[in-house]
Amino acid sequence: MTMLKTLAPYEFKSSDAVENYKGRQLLYVNWERHRMFSRPFVLALPPETPFSEIVDRHMSECFSYHPDWQQIDWNTVIWQNGDQPFSPDRDKSLKDNGIGHKDLIRFRTPGLDGIAGTGY
Amino acid sequence: MSNAFIAFQKNDESRCIVEAILDDNPGAMVDDQPSMVKIDVPHRLVIKRETVEEKMGRSFDLQELQLHLITISGHLDETDDEFTLSWNA
Amino acid sequence: MDMKVAKKLGLKERYSLMTRDLAWDTTFQKMADVFPQTTYEGIKIHDWDKWEDPFRLTMDAYWKYQSEKERKLYAILDGFNQNNGHLSVTDARYINVLKLFLGSTPPLELMAARGFSMMGRQMNGAGPRVACQMQAVDEYRHFQTQIHSISNYNKYYNGMDEFAHQQSRMWYLSDGKSFFDDAITAGPFEFMVAIGFAFEYVLTNILFVPFISGAAYNGDMAAMTVGFSAQSDEARHMTLGLECIKFMLEQDPDNLPIVQRWIDKWTWRGTRKLASVGMMMDYMLPKRIMSFKEAWEMYVEDNGGALFKDLARYGITIPKCFAQTVEEKEHVSHQSWIGFYMKPGATPFHTWIPTPDEMDWLSEKYPNTFDRYYRPVLEYLDAQEKAGNRYNNKTQPMNCQVCVSTMKFNEPGDSMEMCFRESVYRGEKFHTCSDHCKEIFDNEPEKYVQTFISSHQALQGNCEPDGVDVDAPDYRPGARMLDYWRLDERATGDFNGSDDQKNFAVWREQATKN
Ligand SMILES: [Fe+2]
Ligand SMILES: [Fe+2]
Ligand SMILES: [Zn+2]
Repeated sequence: MTMLKTLAPYEFKSSDAVENYKGRQLLYVNWERHRMFSRPFVLALPPETPFSEIVDRHMSECFSYHPDWQQIDWNTVIWQNGDQPFSPDRDKSLKDNGIGHKDLIRFRTPGLDGIAGTGY
Repeated sequence: MSNAFIAFQKNDESRCIVEAILDDNPGAMVDDQPSMVKIDVPHRLVIKRETVEEKMGRSFDLQELQLHLITISGHLDETDDEFTLSWNA
Repeated sequence: MDMKVAKKLGLKERYSLMTRDLAWDTTFQKMADVFPQTTYEGIKIHDWDKWEDPFRLTMDAYWKYQSEKERKLYAILDGFNQNNGHLSVTDARYINVLKLFLGSTPPLELMAARGFSMMGRQMNGAGPRVACQMQAVDEYRHFQTQIHSISNYNKYYNGMDEFAHQQSRMWYLSDGKSFFDDAITAGPFEFMVAIGFAFEYVLTNILFVPFISGAAYNGDMAAMTVGFSAQSDEARHMTLGLECIKFMLEQDPDNLPIVQRWIDKWTWRGTRKLASVGMMMDYMLPKRIMSFKEAWEMYVEDNGGALFKDLARYGITIPKCFAQTVEEKEHVSHQSWIGFYMKPGATPFHTWIPTPDEMDWLSEKYPNTFDRYYRPVLEYLDAQEKAGNRYNNKTQPMNCQVCVSTMKFNEPGDSMEMCFRESVYRGEKFHTCSDHCKEIFDNEPEKYVQTFISSHQALQGNCEPDGVDVDAPDYRPGARMLDYWRLDERATGDFNGSDDQKNFAVWREQATKN
């Protein structure tokens, strides 16, 4: 139940409603235990974008600065969408992978815990 | 018991005010920091006009404190003669 | 023979004659129609005359003391500038702290001036009205004098001239902007808790006391005098905030849960806002006076603790977030610096890796966390920079929907894990950085769905310099972000190799040799 109190009717749209993105949707990506990247990054992409493009292009561009990136065994990576376990299909689109507007993809690379095991 | 405190910019006038506080508040603790000075007193800190006047050798209006103040802690009560900061608990 | 002058009126009598006695109740219009704002938040006030004015400062005395403060301030500023004071600061890295301060603080002082002008109109009682009007004038003075004091540096160093343009556009300034926007769009009593109480009483001590004392320690008399001059008004502001809290709690027991919710909310919002101040103290002051952690202990844990203990007699409890802030004081300054360091192209100030002896100082001040979590990554990044591979992350950040900080904080109790919280409102997901921000969102989602998040706005095509056609086929959102921010490229990048570094060295050399 809202606790908002106002003197007059109060009706405003969400700043980030999906219709504001002209056919695209927001996607956040975080590499767990690699906090050298400080926070997740955000992209706006059409829902038809193949998941492989997220990994091969956007994740690689950002995360390959980290020495752990080369060490990743992609068969052991654990994926989450928000706090839910999730197994993406590389060749399917965001939409067909069930990824919606403003979803947060988190991935964990077991055995790789950042520089000197610090989580960074 | 919590400390009441007050901090001043360091200058000639505040030096006299600090001396007055030390005279009137047994248990006052002085913390010297770059260009400022902070004084903590358990529970209650009082600045008395008369003592400040004695130190400065001139009459002093407690509202002149405003010129040198940096920060305070505690409930304030101000009269013509005393400026008091205190905690109830 | 001396004339016997009539005895001067006492402070209390003088105050009541010159403030309360000059106020009146309206009769042509109902008081409730003239002052509608003080009831709709649910706060019940029965007797405005019970409001106490501990400072009892009358307008004439106010002008007298304020003008004296200004004279002192400008005398020192003139002296500092005439004497090329900018060359007496510890080293040129210091100037970057002023750039961050200039973007983040004077615009908020201006918002405080606006807010207290509104309070001066909206409050029913003469006591709070006068105090709020004085505070509005004070805040305007802070806004102006801060800009004046830094304007001299602007003649010599890069990145300061567009701070006003950047205030509502730059990614890292959104947290402070959203703090004040949230407060000023609340009702008058919530505003007083937000700014008068949480910000002034619990939090500004950190910004203006140890940080400004630190500026003095680093040889910056201009920032010192302006900071302390502003702070001399703060004692009055803190007293006003505390008085307002006591007044609400004494007027009606129904006010307690509302006030408690506001205290919880605003203590947390202020804590998030201070993360970047921590980084200024621990990383940006070349000569360090005390760590952010020590300042937090002195001013928030001890002083804030004293206050909450005192308010317990009204039923107020310590803000819910307190335990988390105690844990985070060991981390936030380091987490913030890494977040800024990795974006050398996206701020009008420089960043750098601390020198080995500075890292040792950090180890000593943060024995529980620095060597364990932060030193290895800083040393790694340092080696990369020296090898010509300086870290430059080009991605756009994810931000908290409430505090608008980037999502960089760890899960309470687990420093390796990131903390994410999520709410769904009208079918849309909203992300927050903590339990406390999530609770704020969930209490008033209608308000926070409107948050301005710079990276999202860019992706919508709303952050373009004039003349960009967002419907053109080759349009890429956010591609011209630097132009949109009016970011001077000379002010970006690592400190090493910057114009500021070179110029400062040359000018200091000239100042000491023939
Ligand atoms: Fe201010
Ligand atoms: Fe203030
Ligand atoms: Zn947050």
